[in-house]
Amino acid sequence: MSSATVTSSPATPATAVQPRRRPLTAGRVVLYVFVTLTALAWLFPVVWALFNSFRDYDYTSANGYVSFGGFTFQNYTDAWQQGEFTRHFLNSLIITVPAVLLTLFLASCVAFVVARYSFRFNLVLLGLFTAANLLPQQTLLIPLYRAYREIPLPLWMSDSGQLLDSYWGLILVNVAFQTGFCTFVLSNYMKALPHEMFEAARVDGAGVPTQFFRITLPLCRPALAALATVQVTWIYNEFFWATVLMQSGDKFPITSSLSNLRGQFFTDYNLLSAGSVIIAIPVLVIFFLLQKQFVAGLTLGSTKG
Amino acid sequence: MTDLPTAPATPAEAAVPRRRPGVRVRVSGTDRVLLFLMVAIPLVMVVLWVWLPAIASVALSFARWTGVGGLDTIEWIGTENYKNVFTNYPPFAPALRHNVIWLVFLFVLPTLFGILLAVLLDRELRGTRFYQTAMFLPVVLSLALIGFIWQLMYSRDQGLLNAVLGTQIDWYGDSNVNLWAVLVAASWKHAGYIMLLYLAGLKGVDPTLREAAAVDGASQVRTFFSVVLPVMRPINIIVIVVTVIESLRAFDIVWVINKGTNGLELISTLVTSNVVGEASRIGFGSALATIMLVISLVFITIFLSTVMREGRR
Repeated sequence: MSSATVTSSPATPATAVQPRRRPLTAGRVVLYVFVTLTALAWLFPVVWALFNSFRDYDYTSANGYVSFGGFTFQNYTDAWQQGEFTRHFLNSLIITVPAVLLTLFLASCVAFVVARYSFRFNLVLLGLFTAANLLPQQTLLIPLYRAYREIPLPLWMSDSGQLLDSYWGLILVNVAFQTGFCTFVLSNYMKALPHEMFEAARVDGAGVPTQFFRITLPLCRPALAALATVQVTWIYNEFFWATVLMQSGDKFPITSSLSNLRGQFFTDYNLLSAGSVIIAIPVLVIFFLLQKQFVAGLTLGSTKG
Repeated sequence: MTDLPTAPATPAEAAVPRRRPGVRVRVSGTDRVLLFLMVAIPLVMVVLWVWLPAIASVALSFARWTGVGGLDTIEWIGTENYKNVFTNYPPFAPALRHNVIWLVFLFVLPTLFGILLAVLLDRELRGTRFYQTAMFLPVVLSLALIGFIWQLMYSRDQGLLNAVLGTQIDWYGDSNVNLWAVLVAASWKHAGYIMLLYLAGLKGVDPTLREAAAVDGASQVRTFFSVVLPVMRPINIIVIVVTVIESLRAFDIVWVINKGTNGLELISTLVTSNVVGEASRIGFGSALATIMLVISLVFITIFLSTVMREGRR
């Protein structure tokens, strides 16, 4: 390695790489075969669930699963009704949307202050938020569970009369956990925004609300979109808190109602496949339509981009 | 998985004043109050929901409490809960062993496989989008759902695996094999996640580094190990920490299968069973939670300090 290359910045984005057509050597063929087989193997479990979700139970029990035929749409309507999917999807919606909006708003607030106004506790603050996001949830379970049982809520907010077994409790615990990740990503993003803009705004007498709502948030739109995509997926997928903090079966969001479905679908694996596919649809839609945002949200923190 | 901040960029920058010395920005009284609230409200939330419960877990681990009566019914018993965990609680040893197996397995197979695939896919392959998409698909699914989807492979009577192999094994139920079966399913997701992180990191490596190595006559393998890998240090650390935290946090997939019993015990499921189960043993469960907390804080500290040191460079 020459010394000149060492001094060059390692963080340059690889925009300079031009795809070059390489000659197809034996090594390249092996490489292609290997990655193709891996990709197919990776897709297989989903394809298998999809395939069997469209098959009649009587047909597969007579002919075995390694067969072809007996196609029907019945499993989907059955699974939807037996799993009470309308209700559980609604629950997921009630929990996910406010949680994501609140998380992004609170994280933007902290990130704005940390990025724009340097004061002594910036590092400690970021550490507190980020570490909170990394702790295993079970370490907080006992005191939180006990406190949730003690904290009363008016009946119009929660029909259980307490924070336990209420949408509010679940939304808030998700927000508290996810704010750390978003704060971290957003503060890095905001630090990279052109500084002159804010100085000009300050000279013009713009106060904090103008700087925050009119300048910072619009400029952060790409980062907010990426984070929103990731957060919707994560909170929709959240299993642990919903399982322990919800008590009545009709309040479970879709992901944690899975264990309830298990008994009902136990004998019929085609029904189970259909149920799994239905539950996967929202995140698969995100996956196919918003893949770029999702990847950006996951990797925004890990690379300086 | 999955909600890990993968995040080293540059928190340390915050410590470095950006403004030129001498230029003081005047902040008005209202703005001062606003700025205070913007930090204070989220901070109070994170302290109330995360840090205070964490501290309370540690405190309760020295207590005996059924959790039914008020706080005055708590009986302080010193380290007895810990003694019981280590000497008088049969599921603890297997749970600890399973967590360690989880970590080693995730690291040796899916983590290294994900890195390998990232390196392969970074080599200007045609159709790379398809390969990436396929690997990446399980990353958006919850581990609870993954447990369900793999049941179609693993079921004794109706599963594909037994049909193909001609065996009669209950892959999720037989305590000799179920941990491994679950680990394969979990790896399906983990490998894609690691590939994604690593690929993003590789894209950030200055291409001239590799070109220079090629001009100097280094082979591709050599280039990777002596040039690319050292530059990727921050990503390597993230990948290691992500894997450790994932193994410690593993819960969902095991809980949907059998609530972490019969060969699938994990520390996380023991904590949960001790609280939400019929016999609620608050102090004992807290001792288990504290053990988890200490292990995870060690890795979180390593992570944060590395990330902040990287940022300062």
